[in-house]
Amino acid sequence: MDSSQFFGVTMIAYLLAAAFYLGLFLFKHPRIGFIGMVLALSGVIVQTAAIGLRWYESYQMGAGHAPLTNMYESLVFFAWCTTLFYLIMEYRFKVRVMGAFVMPCVAVAMAYASFSDRIDSQISPLIPALQSNWLIAHVVTCFIGYGAFAMAGGLGVMHLLKQSTQNKKASAASLFASLPELKVIDDLTHKTIVFGFMWLSAGIITGAIWANEAWGTYWSWDPKETWSIITWFMYALTLHARFTRGWRGNRIAWLAIIGFIAVFFTYFGVNFFLSGLHSYGSS
Amino acid sequence: MTPPKKNPIVALFASVELALFLIFCLAATSIIGTLIPQNNIQEFYIEKYGLKTANLLRILDIPDMYNSWWFIALLALFSLNLMVCSLERIPQVIRTIRRDGLMVRPEQLEKFPFHQMETVSIVPGEAILRVTSLFHAHGWTTRAADKDNGRLLFAEKGAWTRFGVYVVHCSILIILTGAVVGSSTVAHKILRNPHFAFKGSVMLPETETADHVTAFKSGERLGLGFTVRCDRFTIEFYPNGMPKTYRSRVTVIDGGQSVLSTDIEVNRPLTYKGVTFYQSSYQPFQRYTVALKKQGAPEESTTVISPAKQMDWREAGVSYGIINRESQGEITRRLKVWFSDNQGEPSTFWVNVGQEAIIERPSGKYQFRAQQVYATGLQVAKDPGVWLVYGGCLLMLVGLYIAFFLSHRKIYAFIQPGAEGTNILFAGEANKNKVGFSEKFSELISKLEK
Ligand code: HEM
Repeated sequence: MDSSQFFGVTMIAYLLAAAFYLGLFLFKHPRIGFIGMVLALSGVIVQTAAIGLRWYESYQMGAGHAPLTNMYESLVFFAWCTTLFYLIMEYRFKVRVMGAFVMPCVAVAMAYASFSDRIDSQISPLIPALQSNWLIAHVVTCFIGYGAFAMAGGLGVMHLLKQSTQNKKASAASLFASLPELKVIDDLTHKTIVFGFMWLSAGIITGAIWANEAWGTYWSWDPKETWSIITWFMYALTLHARFTRGWRGNRIAWLAIIGFIAVFFTYFGVNFFLSGLHSYGSS
Repeated sequence: MTPPKKNPIVALFASVELALFLIFCLAATSIIGTLIPQNNIQEFYIEKYGLKTANLLRILDIPDMYNSWWFIALLALFSLNLMVCSLERIPQVIRTIRRDGLMVRPEQLEKFPFHQMETVSIVPGEAILRVTSLFHAHGWTTRAADKDNGRLLFAEKGAWTRFGVYVVHCSILIILTGAVVGSSTVAHKILRNPHFAFKGSVMLPETETADHVTAFKSGERLGLGFTVRCDRFTIEFYPNGMPKTYRSRVTVIDGGQSVLSTDIEVNRPLTYKGVTFYQSSYQPFQRYTVALKKQGAPEESTTVISPAKQMDWREAGVSYGIINRESQGEITRRLKVWFSDNQGEPSTFWVNVGQEAIIERPSGKYQFRAQQVYATGLQVAKDPGVWLVYGGCLLMLVGLYIAFFLSHRKIYAFIQPGAEGTNILFAGEANKNKVGFSEKFSELISKLEK
């Protein structure tokens, strides 16, 4: 078996996990949720093996490098980070239904990486600019942050749904009854944002150091850099609104969602919509 | 809290509302520069957006917006806001930290977010000892005072973590200071000393030297104070044709002496006397350095030749030339060479650039190697502020960790004789992660022998 087959298995596991978590959300049967968790966990384990294998394969091909260097590899790593982060959260805070808001996102990322014809899954050797340990530090730190922000965005959606049905018809409210208390969602959203902010900061810093090692400018206001700082500002704004203005609940939920949109744009949008303007920024 | 008569401008800059507004403005305006291409010539904007819009863009400095007066002003306001706001709050934090926990009145303890009453069947004196040693065993250094008809124990941890926020804020100011110190514009326009900080480049043909670079923005020639020579430039390729390594062998000559020779590669710059050289580009020439040697003879020859020119190596009595080439862009991969020692027909053969060919001739065997001639493009930067920036970044991560994950925790125990033994009222508070703190504290209390 080679790594691509393992990635295929991972994708199926994530798709099924997403389906089961949604099933848990709709039908509220704990066993469905348990199966979802087992699937997600198996997915992560298989994926860990797949990433390791791909790494090994790259050495066999004489192009040895950590599998973190192109769009395909970063999407896969994003799926891995987010699932792992989610499972740890689920274990620590015992809120299984969150999976219904996070795993679909992971499954889509994985499926997109596998099927989109814009994405090349070949292992290719590294051009000189990418041959740096800072690249690894940069990608890992950024994606831990992105994983956390994806989670926070999912929690934001959850909060808005629950809030919107609180005072409404009993049928709608019962659909969302299995969601945690608003206060719990709010608290978790905040905790994940704080965690993500720390890693995003580290990601921007390692990226700047890398740029300085490679071409002598730690900051050049290239669109990718600029969007990452815009994202960072958005989350700084969210944190200050909460700490100093006492914002809670729906407002923070909206900010968590907008923040994740900014993350998404930094990650994808810049490459796809703005790439015509500047040449680099495809990692 | 606020003194009655405060200067309204100070009040404005101390406010978080302004901070939220400025952060929002910075984020929102930054988008402009990612949508409108930066640093092109005016004709580009006229063609793309029309004359009127292009003029408007120019008036607003949009083509170089991140260096425009208004963006810099926004950053300056932001820094001022950060400074005033932090300075104004630090005395308050110091007061909070200095506040003596023992000043608490025992009845207030019941209003604490975490409090728990325990009754033990020992005398109060014994209970005080036990609680004290329990606290000690878990790293809490207690102080005590007599209150009402009992004794109050107090301990705290992590008071200093209240400064975490200010470490983060200060780190942002340090990073911005570093950026100003290392800015070539500041060096040029304000310090009037372009040598203090600059970014530039130099194109250096193999074997040639340079003692100055061309600054990016002003186009000025800046002397380095020493000389660099490019000894050799090489490109290596992967089997699939992608570039693998760009490497320049350079020698630094200072005071007439070669002080060091080293390889510069992408991601592996050379720093000498505060000036850093980065591999950034190259220029292939349609000329080749040919190294020739006759086996078993001491002579060698190294010459630079152009295609379709005959070269003679008189000492050995041979002639040679390049009659055909195979190139990828401007990079030559293979050469077709003719070679004659004036005995019989000349030899013709293909040889890969950089590889050795052995030519067998009636007069003996010859080793032939041809190398394309290049110029290496080096980016050159002097940034005396970079260590401030790096230091600020490190400080920011440390500060964020303190601000987010460490907390100021206080614990109290009020020990008082009760109806059925001794009553101990435990209470505690933390400024962050309150739930985690309550769990920990309650676990600690459960360890008390009763
Ligand atoms: C984008 C840049 C900024 C970053 C990254 C940042 C970071 C932080 C962080 C991490 C906290 C910690 C909150 C906590 O854990 O208690 C904080 C709090 C705070 N920040 Fe900022 N900050 C920034 C800009 C500003 C500015 C410009 C102001 C100016 C008014 C400001 C005012 C405050 C205040 C008043 C607090 C609350 C302090 C407290 O808890 O008493 N921040 N900031």
